[in-house]
Amino acid sequence: MNILLKNGHIIDPITQQDTVADILIIDGVIEKIGTSISADKKIETREMNNKVITPGFIDMHVHLREPGFEHKETIASGCLSAAAGGFTAVCCMPNTNPAIDDASVVRSIIEKAKHVHNGIVDVYPIAAATKGREGKELSPMMELAEAGVVGFTDDGAPIESAEIMRRVLEYTSMIDKPIIQHAEDVSMTKGGAMNEGTISMSLGLPPMPPVAEDIMIARDLKLVDYLRAKYHVAHLSTAGAVDLIRGAKRKKLPVTCEVTPHHFTLTDEAVRTYDTNTKMNPPLRTQEDIDAIKEGLSDGTIDVIATDHAPHSYDEKQVEFIYAPFGIVGLETAIGLSVTNLVKTKVLSMMQLIEKLSTNPRTILGLQQIKIVEGEKANLTLIDPNIEWVVDIQCFKSKSKNSPFDKYVLTGKAIGVINNNALYFE
Amino acid sequence: MPLASRHLLGLDGMPKDDIQLILDTAVSFREVLDRPIKKVPTLQGKTIANLFFESSTRTRTSFELAERRLSADVVNFSSDVSSVRKGETLKDTARNLEMMKIDMVVMRHSAAGAAHFLSQVVKANVINAGDGAHEHPTQALLDMYTMREKFGKLEGLNVCIVGDISHSRVALSNIYGLTAMGANVSVCGPKTLMPRNIEQLGVKVFYDIDAALRETDIVNVLRIQLERQERMLFPSLREYRQYFGITRERLEKAGRDIVIMHPGPINRDVELSADVADGNSSLILQQVLNGVAVRMSILYLLGTRT
Repeated sequence: MNILLKNGHIIDPITQQDTVADILIIDGVIEKIGTSISADKKIETREMNNKVITPGFIDMHVHLREPGFEHKETIASGCLSAAAGGFTAVCCMPNTNPAIDDASVVRSIIEKAKHVHNGIVDVYPIAAATKGREGKELSPMMELAEAGVVGFTDDGAPIESAEIMRRVLEYTSMIDKPIIQHAEDVSMTKGGAMNEGTISMSLGLPPMPPVAEDIMIARDLKLVDYLRAKYHVAHLSTAGAVDLIRGAKRKKLPVTCEVTPHHFTLTDEAVRTYDTNTKMNPPLRTQEDIDAIKEGLSDGTIDVIATDHAPHSYDEKQVEFIYAPFGIVGLETAIGLSVTNLVKTKVLSMMQLIEKLSTNPRTILGLQQIKIVEGEKANLTLIDPNIEWVVDIQCFKSKSKNSPFDKYVLTGKAIGVINNNALYFE
Repeated sequence: MPLASRHLLGLDGMPKDDIQLILDTAVSFREVLDRPIKKVPTLQGKTIANLFFESSTRTRTSFELAERRLSADVVNFSSDVSSVRKGETLKDTARNLEMMKIDMVVMRHSAAGAAHFLSQVVKANVINAGDGAHEHPTQALLDMYTMREKFGKLEGLNVCIVGDISHSRVALSNIYGLTAMGANVSVCGPKTLMPRNIEQLGVKVFYDIDAALRETDIVNVLRIQLERQERMLFPSLREYRQYFGITRERLEKAGRDIVIMHPGPINRDVELSADVADGNSSLILQQVLNGVAVRMSILYLLGTRT
């Protein structure tokens, strides 16, 4: 794969570049970076007109649904959705059937991904922390790590027992992989469908109190302090959680966290129409939570933006609100929502946004950093940060269309991605 | 003026004029119920389906009588939701009925928002006969009709709703409707059965039933459901009766005339003592009678709305 990108705005947090230049890529490797590079006429040339070129983005929280739920998403459709959304890598969550708790499942997923569009999207599985995600016995974490797993979680559900959490943290600290917690005290949220507040009351929907998230994080932080093992909070959503993580970081605990675009975009007001595409777990919270999340993003408390891409088929969501499954697709709206709500509003600089979508998740997961320098493999995300576009769920590459953002006007969109000697353009 | 909406999903946000219109129209239907021939041809040729996914004797019978007294054709579909969930979805059930040319659907369902969902997937007029812990608008309208009949007006009336406010669609619809009509609404019950931020709906909150009674003209007593105790939301029926049950002694202690209402069915001697339920100040059976008239009014206004 050869291509010449002319006049791209290179923003690379690792090498601290923020310059306009041409990039010549030959056989998937960055051959040359400079101004006015000319190349063989046979090489495809793209005029970037100052559009942004960054190290490839990674979404560390994606439900690819395969094996087991291929009617929602497959590795193939999920990877294409990732590429279309500007991601060159995803981490897939273990709540599949069978769960990702066995090395053979890990190998099969990685192998399948290699055949999707020439393997343009790297898939890094996150395995179950406990066998079958049942919260009872430890999964074979060393063997799973050797097969290519980059972290452990029982996501979809929390690791409930403090004792199991302790053992899981101890065990993974031997191999230096993070434990990723879906933080929810389920004794408080059982049967719940949305955030507890004025809206849940007026809609008569069973509530999920925000403190149920804070309580689980508070408990876990005590364990992390005791054991000093890597701990990452998935899809944090409350002001209380932001405060807890900020405090833990001040104490230098090995703690990191992520937030989803929908949790910094929508509040529980969106649920008023009983649209099941506003049902997710954690649920949409309040404006105060959004304000706290933005502050946390800005001051570095929140390390990562991850989508919690959770595809569900049309029919699964066409039911009464309380019966609908939790979750929305996120890969193809992540950049638009981030640029619109964070960069345009000056919560984050473009450089900081790139850190949260590339540099920081790679650090947390122990993956090699991507550098935009000559001689390195080209692993790039290309973004038009100024384009205004209208979200059309029917155009999603994901097999599922369950998004509350249909018809939203967003600023900023991926133009294409380059990785593993392959390219994907819109 | 016709009603603003072609469905009756709830009283949240319903214009005062619409509530007024429903109550005013109900007066003439109430008069029909006293005639020897209790039937008018108003909805002749219209077909109404009663979909009851949750057991209900009173509401379903009341709707069916209202429909028949308006000369509509009526079909009934009852099923408990768990068996429905195993088979057909609500959307499919509704669409199938629609192909049979149903004009209006009355639905009771255990899921909050089910009536909203139904109104989005069928063309028929949808009347919410109770959706989970959300709303029960026809119950609140018949409650308001009964209060207005007794006191001549709703504005300025002091109404206290007592019981499990958290899980009560009757409470929520009453709060929306009564506050829209200018009544002063208070709620009273154990804190574990009271939603957080309930005062944001413009109601006064009491945890002391005697204090609540001292300030009210009407007490609307809700049925206490046993499964709440199983979910550890209150200690025992005995304790509930002692601290929140409406008894003659308690009413006498309040030192004012208080009218008793209850949406039924009553747990006698739990939330309401038998002598109060059957006493002179009880409007409970009047509510049942008025329910038919109010439902006739709603069916008429929606069924003839162009």
